[in-house]
Amino acid sequence: MDAVFKALADSSRRKLLDELRKQNGQTLSELCEHLDMTRQAVTKHLVLLEKASLIAVVWRGREKLHYLNPMPLHEIYERWIGKYERHRLQALSDLKRGLESSAGRIRRGGQTKTKQKTRRKEKWRTRDRRSLT
Amino acid sequence: MKKDQFVYVTYIRTTPEKLWKALIEPEFTRQFWANTAQESEWKPGASWRIKAPGDLVTDSGEVLEIEPPRRLVLKWRNEFRPELKEEGYSRLTYQLEKEGKSVKLTVIHEIDKEGSKFIQAVSTGWPHILASLKSLLETGESLEETREWPREACK
Repeated sequence: MDAVFKALADSSRRKLLDELRKQNGQTLSELCEHLDMTRQAVTKHLVLLEKASLIAVVWRGREKLHYLNPMPLHEIYERWIGKYERHRLQALSDLKRGLESSAGRIRRGGQTKTKQKTRRKEKWRTRDRRSLT
Repeated sequence: MKKDQFVYVTYIRTTPEKLWKALIEPEFTRQFWANTAQESEWKPGASWRIKAPGDLVTDSGEVLEIEPPRRLVLKWRNEFRPELKEEGYSRLTYQLEKEGKSVKLTVIHEIDKEGSKFIQAVSTGWPHILASLKSLLETGESLEETREWPREACK
């Protein structure tokens, strides 16, 4: 577990994980395209993330694909958060997201229809969950 | 081809043989996999299904590759949620590799489709199931919340 926290204690490595969350299963070159880091630096960070098991590597022919591995974070979740009621935590986090996204809409003004739809959906979900709790 | 793919890796202090049994035999799966049992003759081409309590077939498919205790590939389709069933068959790979005193278990669940609701749906279940499997093999006890079939899932 030390390796997990050490690997997470670096903003570049967290950024790499965010990139994989957006698009899972990327090669080193694909990851380098979106990041302002040298190929060598990305390679170094990937090794640490892989050692901590935060990413999993799958070979497709000669291509090395990087995937987010949720297991270490799940173990942290089980250890410290699992005992709390998941639905209430989810409701709180949905509420936060709902409120913050509607505030964002006022600030940003114009946006696409799909975004509006997702936001509306999120709001409904928040409302549904709240009625359950 | 565009596809959705999730990968899970966990290290379990056990032997490949014990882990293999735990993944397929009802006596074990009932303890960490929501009280379900898998039925198959476990040979290439054999049909395969997961049964929840009350004879509910939740998922079904076929054994594509089997190489005990190293590799198992299943064709897999959800059978009880119409919106997931209509996405068709996915592919599940278990890979077991001995590493020192542990076994590295890699689980790959993939479907030839982007934005799959099925892959999204199983992505919340797998970490729970695998964490419980690890707990069962290392401590003799699975995680409590994974022992029963969740009532809300039966709709």
